[in-house]
Amino acid sequence: MTIAIQHLPDRQLAPLMRAYRQALFARRIRVLVGLLVLVLSVALGGWWVGFDIALLVSKISTFTNYFGRIFTLDDGQPVFSDPVEWYWGLIKWSKLLGETLLVAYTGTLLGAAIAFFTCFAAASNLAGPTIRWVARRFLEFCRTVPEIVFALIFVLAFGLGPMAGVLALAIHTLGALGKLYTEIVENIDMKPVEGIISTGGSRAETIFYGVLPQVWSGFLTYSLLRFEVNFRGASIMGFVGAGGIGQELLTAVRKFYYSDVSALLVMIIVTVFVLDIMTGLVLKRLNRVG
Amino acid sequence: MAQIFDLSRLGDVAARHHKVMRLGARQRQIIFAGTFLGFLLLVFGLIEADFSLSRIVSGIGKLGDFAVLMFPPEPGPLFATYLHALGETLAIALLGTLLAAVLAFPFAVLASRNVLPFWVTRFVLRRSFDTIRGVDTLIWALIWISVVGLGPFAGVLAVATADFAAFGKLFSETIETADPKPVEGIRSTGGTAAQEFRFGILPQILPVIAGQVLYYFESNTRSATIIGIVGAGGIGLHLSEQIRTLEWQRVAFLVLMVLVVVAAIDFISSRLRTAISGAKPI
Repeated sequence: MTIAIQHLPDRQLAPLMRAYRQALFARRIRVLVGLLVLVLSVALGGWWVGFDIALLVSKISTFTNYFGRIFTLDDGQPVFSDPVEWYWGLIKWSKLLGETLLVAYTGTLLGAAIAFFTCFAAASNLAGPTIRWVARRFLEFCRTVPEIVFALIFVLAFGLGPMAGVLALAIHTLGALGKLYTEIVENIDMKPVEGIISTGGSRAETIFYGVLPQVWSGFLTYSLLRFEVNFRGASIMGFVGAGGIGQELLTAVRKFYYSDVSALLVMIIVTVFVLDIMTGLVLKRLNRVG
Repeated sequence: MAQIFDLSRLGDVAARHHKVMRLGARQRQIIFAGTFLGFLLLVFGLIEADFSLSRIVSGIGKLGDFAVLMFPPEPGPLFATYLHALGETLAIALLGTLLAAVLAFPFAVLASRNVLPFWVTRFVLRRSFDTIRGVDTLIWALIWISVVGLGPFAGVLAVATADFAAFGKLFSETIETADPKPVEGIRSTGGTAAQEFRFGILPQILPVIAGQVLYYFESNTRSATIIGIVGAGGIGLHLSEQIRTLEWQRVAFLVLMVLVVVAAIDFISSRLRTAISGAKPI
């Protein structure tokens, strides 16, 4: 059988091959330089933090043992053999878990409400350049400073307790959701908006009848997902005294109440699972309606 | 001018086209009840968290005092220490993210339907990823501190653990969305399973994964700034110390340092991400 591919004459082929080799060479050099930079920065970083692979290897059994320990009761039995003893503080912990959920919910809702009013000022299709600049920098600031830093400061200003946690989560949520909301608003169809403006609608009417019907389901989706994220955030607010289950967890880890650590972790993880499933269901329904 | 549409007849129109103009009564009841319940829960939450006007007013007053005391931001005598801590923060983010990516990749491959069509491994791995992801980085930091002791090493491991799960999920989802045609092509020419993966899947997913890793590096720079609060290295330790001792000028300086570095990393990483996705579009 003959092969139908015709070879180019060498005279034509040579420059093509040369160009191909050059292109390949340039790409390889780029990748190589990139890898070199990466390796150098990893080496520098490793030296900087005292990364010790030998220590890690020697301690890895400590890590796995730790999980063995936290699933063991004080009398040496595995926790599952005596759930009553394992969850001796169930009532107290459930209250704290409820508080954590409430902190997450309240913080998300407050943050989302303010983000709702800010996003129209930050959207390039609805606001002028000056107000947009101000709104965007404001949102950026809110989301770049970590929520736990806000919590640390708010604990000093508003006193210990969940209020500081709610406010810290609300501000961070405002920054994060504000950005996402703005992106949704910037992607709307402007025809309904123009229609309402052309009939003399006020700004509030324009937003209510022209923008909202297009964006509300997107807003709701992001807010629900944010609630999940915020539950995880609320679970550590207690580390700095800003309410929720974190305080109890911090104490348990620091004081080596091993079985309490696992009990609290399991409660948190199960809640995250349940929230995950519930948001999934709600979002599915929402997408069907919308 | 003739009136084209008589507004007083809006009610008639709404009645004739009620399906289009109005939501069903039941649907409206559900929305109304949902909103009402949500609002009740909000009020309950505010009461539970001890929100009160006097507390808000006095708190905002104090915040105002803090803000005034923050000017001008100044590092105090510990500037070199802060710089070192900032370097630590960056190193924690870099090493943690890379370590997580390297460790997560093989597990993600095993958790992908198109590579290993065996649901038990997939189910077990995915649920493990979810379990690890349910625990916040700061909690992992606490746990690693009790294993390797205080310091940035614990921070690296905490970031790596939390991201291992996130990457496991993300990578396996990316691998599953890979186009099966190149794989089929290689199989049809008699390629082995390893060659199918290397030449059929890997070229498609590598740029996407690189983008995801860069994005996480960006976001880890943020989380690595706070990991020091529990003693796992980085600038968070100094930040929380200065907040607790009410050294507001130093707090402001530290926050500014963090903001500048985060902005710089954002800039570099988004440039790199566009370069990667531009050079090899999936």
